[in-house]
Amino acid sequence: MAEENNQSGMTRRDFLKNSGLVVGGVVGGGILGSLLTNSFTDDTSPATDTEGDQTDQTGGDEQLTKARMFFKRQEDFRVLSAAVERIFPDDETGPGAIALAVPFFIDKQLAGEYGFNSREYMEGPFHEGAPTQGPQTGMRRREVFLYGVSRIQDIAQDQFGEAFFDLDGEQQDEILGHFQNAEVDMTGVTADAFFTMLRQATLEGVYADPVYGGNLNMDGWRIKKYPGGQMAFFDVIEADEFVEMEPISLHAHHT
Amino acid sequence: MATELPRKQVAIVGVGWSGGIIASELAKEGYECIGLERGSERKINDFIMQKDELRYAIRYELMQDLSKETLTFRNDQDMLALPMRQMGSFLLGTDLGGAGIHWNGQCPRFYPYDFEIRTQTIDNYGEDRIPDDMPLQDWGISYDDMEEYFAKFDETIGTSGEDNEMTAPRSTEFPTPPMKQTRSMKMFAEAADSLGLHPYISASANLSEAYTNPDGKTINQCMYCSFCERFGCDYQAKSDPLITVIPTALETGNFEVRTHSNVREIAYDGNQTDGVYFTDTRTGEDYFQPADVVILTSYVMNNTRLLLQSGIGDPYDPENETGVIGKNYCYQVMASAQGFFDEQFNLYAGAGALGGQVDDYNADNFDHSDLDFLHGGTIQLTQTGIRPIATNPVPPGTPTWGKEFKEASAHYFYRTLSLGSQGASLPYRYNYLDLDPTYTDSHGDPLLRMTYNFTEQDRNLAAHQSARLTEILEEMGANEVVSNPDIGDYNIMPYQTTHNTGGVIMGSDSETSAVNNYLQMWDCENLFVVGASAFPHNSGYNPTPTVGALSYRAAEGILSYLEDPRPLAE
Repeated sequence: MAEENNQSGMTRRDFLKNSGLVVGGVVGGGILGSLLTNSFTDDTSPATDTEGDQTDQTGGDEQLTKARMFFKRQEDFRVLSAAVERIFPDDETGPGAIALAVPFFIDKQLAGEYGFNSREYMEGPFHEGAPTQGPQTGMRRREVFLYGVSRIQDIAQDQFGEAFFDLDGEQQDEILGHFQNAEVDMTGVTADAFFTMLRQATLEGVYADPVYGGNLNMDGWRIKKYPGGQMAFFDVIEADEFVEMEPISLHAHHT
Repeated sequence: MATELPRKQVAIVGVGWSGGIIASELAKEGYECIGLERGSERKINDFIMQKDELRYAIRYELMQDLSKETLTFRNDQDMLALPMRQMGSFLLGTDLGGAGIHWNGQCPRFYPYDFEIRTQTIDNYGEDRIPDDMPLQDWGISYDDMEEYFAKFDETIGTSGEDNEMTAPRSTEFPTPPMKQTRSMKMFAEAADSLGLHPYISASANLSEAYTNPDGKTINQCMYCSFCERFGCDYQAKSDPLITVIPTALETGNFEVRTHSNVREIAYDGNQTDGVYFTDTRTGEDYFQPADVVILTSYVMNNTRLLLQSGIGDPYDPENETGVIGKNYCYQVMASAQGFFDEQFNLYAGAGALGGQVDDYNADNFDHSDLDFLHGGTIQLTQTGIRPIATNPVPPGTPTWGKEFKEASAHYFYRTLSLGSQGASLPYRYNYLDLDPTYTDSHGDPLLRMTYNFTEQDRNLAAHQSARLTEILEEMGANEVVSNPDIGDYNIMPYQTTHNTGGVIMGSDSETSAVNNYLQMWDCENLFVVGASAFPHNSGYNPTPTVGALSYRAAEGILSYLEDPRPLAE
């Protein structure tokens, strides 16, 4: 088993300070030169305490982004939250989907381009098509999620006589399994297609950069020891042993 | 009514690698060129600090907006073709620089065998080995005649690499030394070596050291930051058109780029072209750009579609096997295997073309006498740098969600090594491109229709490669190896590769090819169609260096044509 080393992560500013070492003779010209100039300017500004910001992401303004932009009904959002928590549960490996703010991530995504399928071909005529032809539904993701979440709640009421979020974990898993196995009737989209979308959105919320509202405090990345958007791995690339480092998010680079 | 613009000597449709190369070569010689690019302008500053998996790798920030235009797809003629509504199997580029921005930078050269595949296959195995429904064709030029153009492309981009006895011969050294080796690459090389294979470090356009090309353009040293594939480079350390050929062309003062200009038709009088019609995507206004010579460099899909839409060349008819436009659409036959290990590798680090490679099972490097397929594929262990949304490896039998999945996907994240084979894709009579009868783009023009499936040849090749991948991973010491020897039917959703080829193929006979070996249209001598659209088949390799070499070859032909307009081949 390889030994695990610890190495602190490198921000854009640290990198640029050291880039003369790493890039050799090329700095000073072109874009790297202008970056160096910018970073020099940054150094004189008071708002560049990136290290501090990285460790303070759950405090202050961060919490104010935890509010709904898309789901109007509290009930729907509670169903969504309970479902994604079963897909990515809190356990000894690390925080679960709710603690990582995945439901808010999905809500924000549905409010925008992703929810409207803005960059996808949505013209008719619509046909079911073969599995090799990819998704063919004319429903947009925002409709699919609202509909899917309401079907989860329907099945919970039918099968157990309670709201989905009041069931125990095993019962919730059983219901999600019905969706995964396409055993739930849905119109315009299949239950398994909805489940696939829900699962993928959950993983995106766990592991996308915190700028999108999930992966709170980069704790999703910590589950996988993922170092985020580091400037360079020039010194690590040939290492025989596993090198672990503190993650860095876009926040450290853009502010 | 289209507004007519001042005449140019050369109009280039699409400004990526091919368009940029041709623009730079022509502009340097003093010819007035305009590049009509339907996407937006792009600058290298667009790529600084964009280390965002969701935006670029998952939501395809740099790719074509399918709401405006996509293509339709079916596996065979009995199916109803339906739109590719989301990007999946391949990722079409957009904006200035095209797919040359988001490429990984893999730089292999196609083989001498590829350029003379029909002749050599017959010589080595007899004509019976070529199935009746496989229109396997020579390219109308030999590797020896192409070599200088490959060398030229390498010089422009500064390719990092090392020689190997299983790759195509080179007249010049690699401009820069090979990339660094990771632990996994060393394990791959040792295993391959002990199996009697011939491993080497992959040729890369992510450069091992800073390099200044003959045009005075500098490409920086790679930082192995892992944001290559689907990203623009943070450091200008991955050669792309925006840091090489496009500025080279612009600095001459003879090249102008007009963005947001979507060319929809090539003027054609049945003999020659006089320019192109385009729509300004910001205003909806139509323009006519007159030009003495027109160059299509708008990727496989759009090159083919524009010719079909403009009525240039005979559309391919698979029933009667007549016509050429849309013929020999090919792809890449991928195989992969995953090995699960005890130790953790630094897989978060990497570069797009960082890898170890063997070509003992590529092209005709091995005896096919007793095999049930032709050609082969390269085998690679790449370390492009894994990212957490897309990479969730778990051993077979693990649930796909819930506690067990969470634990396993975290545990195996750095303990899984993947090997891949990029198999050659040989033509099939019923794999082709034409216009869709139903679906249209946002202008109302018909979408391109793709009819494509894997063939018996493809399935046999993939099964063979899959077994080789498994052998290597076992030799590397994997606890468990998972592979998928049966590739099934082609599915347009799971990402495979953006190595689409064919549709406007080159050759020595106007009956069976659309362009000659200078990529000049047989049916329209002042129209050149450049790109992987010219490949009569796809090799067991990444296509970009061959596209680059053909672009330099075409540029030479265009210069000669501008001096003395005539068919460049009989």
